[in-house]
Amino acid sequence: MAKTVETTKKFNPKFGKKELNLLTRLSNALAVSGDEQEVRAIVYEELKEFEASMHTDAMGNVIVVREGSGKDRVRVMLAGHMDEVGFMVTKEDGDGLFEFTIIGGIDPRQLVGKPVVIGRDHVPGVIGAKAIHLTTAAEREQELKVDALRIDVGLGGTKLVKLGDRATFDSKLAVLGPSLRGKALDDRLGVFTIIQLLKNAPENVDLLAAFTVQEELGLRGAKTAAYHLNPDIGIALDSTPANDLPDFDGEENTIHNTMLDSGPAIYLMDGATIGDRRLIKWLSETADAEGIPWQYRQPGRGGTDAGSIHKSRAGVPSVSVSVPQRYLHSAAGLVRKDDVLNTIKLLHAALSRLDKSILSSQEK
Amino acid sequence: MVKNKKNSEELIKILEMLVETPGPSGSEHLIRQKIQDEIRDYVDEMYTDALGNLIARTGSKGEGGKRVMVSAHTDEIGLMVTHVDDNGFARFISIGGVSPLTCLGGRVLFMNGTRGVIGIERLAANEQPTLAQLFIDTGATSKEDSTVTVGDVAGFERPLLNLGKRLVAKSMDDRAAVAVAIQALKTIKKTANEIYFVFSTQEEVGLRGAITAAYGVDPEVGIAIDVTRTGDTPKGVKMAVALGDGPAIKVRDASFIADPRVIDWMVNEAKAQGLPYQMEVLEAGGTDGAAIQRTRAGVPAGCLSIPCRYIHTPSEMVDLDDLEQCVVLLTGLLEKAIEL
Repeated sequence: MAKTVETTKKFNPKFGKKELNLLTRLSNALAVSGDEQEVRAIVYEELKEFEASMHTDAMGNVIVVREGSGKDRVRVMLAGHMDEVGFMVTKEDGDGLFEFTIIGGIDPRQLVGKPVVIGRDHVPGVIGAKAIHLTTAAEREQELKVDALRIDVGLGGTKLVKLGDRATFDSKLAVLGPSLRGKALDDRLGVFTIIQLLKNAPENVDLLAAFTVQEELGLRGAKTAAYHLNPDIGIALDSTPANDLPDFDGEENTIHNTMLDSGPAIYLMDGATIGDRRLIKWLSETADAEGIPWQYRQPGRGGTDAGSIHKSRAGVPSVSVSVPQRYLHSAAGLVRKDDVLNTIKLLHAALSRLDKSILSSQEK
Repeated sequence: MVKNKKNSEELIKILEMLVETPGPSGSEHLIRQKIQDEIRDYVDEMYTDALGNLIARTGSKGEGGKRVMVSAHTDEIGLMVTHVDDNGFARFISIGGVSPLTCLGGRVLFMNGTRGVIGIERLAANEQPTLAQLFIDTGATSKEDSTVTVGDVAGFERPLLNLGKRLVAKSMDDRAAVAVAIQALKTIKKTANEIYFVFSTQEEVGLRGAITAAYGVDPEVGIAIDVTRTGDTPKGVKMAVALGDGPAIKVRDASFIADPRVIDWMVNEAKAQGLPYQMEVLEAGGTDGAAIQRTRAGVPAGCLSIPCRYIHTPSEMVDLDDLEQCVVLLTGLLEKAIEL
């Protein structure tokens, strides 16, 4: 398990023009749970070289199998979800106004005043609310419920909007010095990471990549993908909140979840999975050996695709690794480029030293 | 049933060993080892699956026999450290259903041997405590000299208390069932069935071990063994089950409706053996039976329940006669050819 495989070339991921362009397309795409077509198209385009071993399953997951060439290869499932949280149009009110519902977890307080795009045509609109000039002091104390909000397309794209269309925040990826700001980085970063790993795959393992659907609604796509792939181990690549801003009272922050600049976050336990101790050890020891910064994601709630993978068939040892992100599930999340690169670096280094002895070690 | 003093003593001894071994969900390696050592001489085959379930087979399928899965979970509720602060206090979250009220003043034992006590922030008058207000004091004075860190797991620490007819300990849920399964496994002499005893993991966080074990074993009939609540304490829940009234045969709980054929099978066996039994309808909770029932194309499944007071506290109470009768009932069920 700690053996370095000579045949695997060193891989030093970077944020060059090409990578930034790919992540920009991924982040800006509209792929709310259940309608992931835009991201699926990008994955297909980006992974043309794997066309022969790529397919879309009944749920819409994109499955790519990249076989290595070594002996006794571990079959590793990598899951990153294509879907994002967002909205669904539920009713047309006339005058360019549409009722909508939230798909996945978005704090309704995030909605007011946000530009959005709707459907495959990206019809622009805005989630409006009464101007401050006209609200009373009492009204301003009240949170606006989703039922009271509408998407207003200004009559422009009324004819192009259909009930059931998905909508998302109209945000474009931006580079802010060492950081990236954008929507849907949960989990386009996972998609991005898996694409990089496939293109620079270590030879000693079989990579079973699943670009999954409907994660935000209950890890649904990963369930069928894991059943199909029947892997030896599973790794979910995701993004998790960084609640690392200073406390107002100067007290020690005991609930940061993760922190920016501290590297990939390895999961111990969330609401859906207790991480396999052997895999946690393998990842953390690899990071230490390679001098890659890493952190534990604090044990807590929530879930990743690992929640579905580990319960598949007769069981799959599984773990999750996330990129820390501020302001998750909003119009604009914020991540550090280095945390993204270190996540890719860690996965590549860990996969390069993986062999079957990991599954026979005693403690689990 | 004739009471055998030697059998009782052995059952208590095994139970004591089981309940005093820490093993919260996901950290079942110590308890698994203890069970392995206990049953090694009585099984035809034994292995551990990807999720840590210990699966032990006895017997092979003969005339009229079935492949049976019997599941008793090895994990218990516990705590996992989320943060150690500058002064060495460890914050934690629960593993499974832990009430803040039962934590106060509690003592915990970490998997790495560290011990600690649970303290609480100052509460306002009449404020209900939450887990976020609690912390473990391991005697450390700083983050640096703390012997626990983020991710370390602890179980509650209490020795077995023998009150004569009644026994008290933490993790009677579900070590009492593990003890019943072990004793039945040892007692079974001849059987037409291929019996897989599954000592399952991660039940307290969602029947996770049993889900994968059931898929792997692919049984034709399944029995979970677990504890159930009782309605016999002062101003307690309204429920027909009472401590000391014999094994409880589950009709339903919040996770599944037991297969009526399995219920009949259990009732008929209890009657045939002249054992007391009671029917159980539990409004909350779930057991491995639900996981077995819904595996693959579906499996007839039920649950043999051990009445237990004060579940998910560090002082869970069971009745010795109930336990012994469960062993006899389970042994009878598994020895004979099964017709559903």
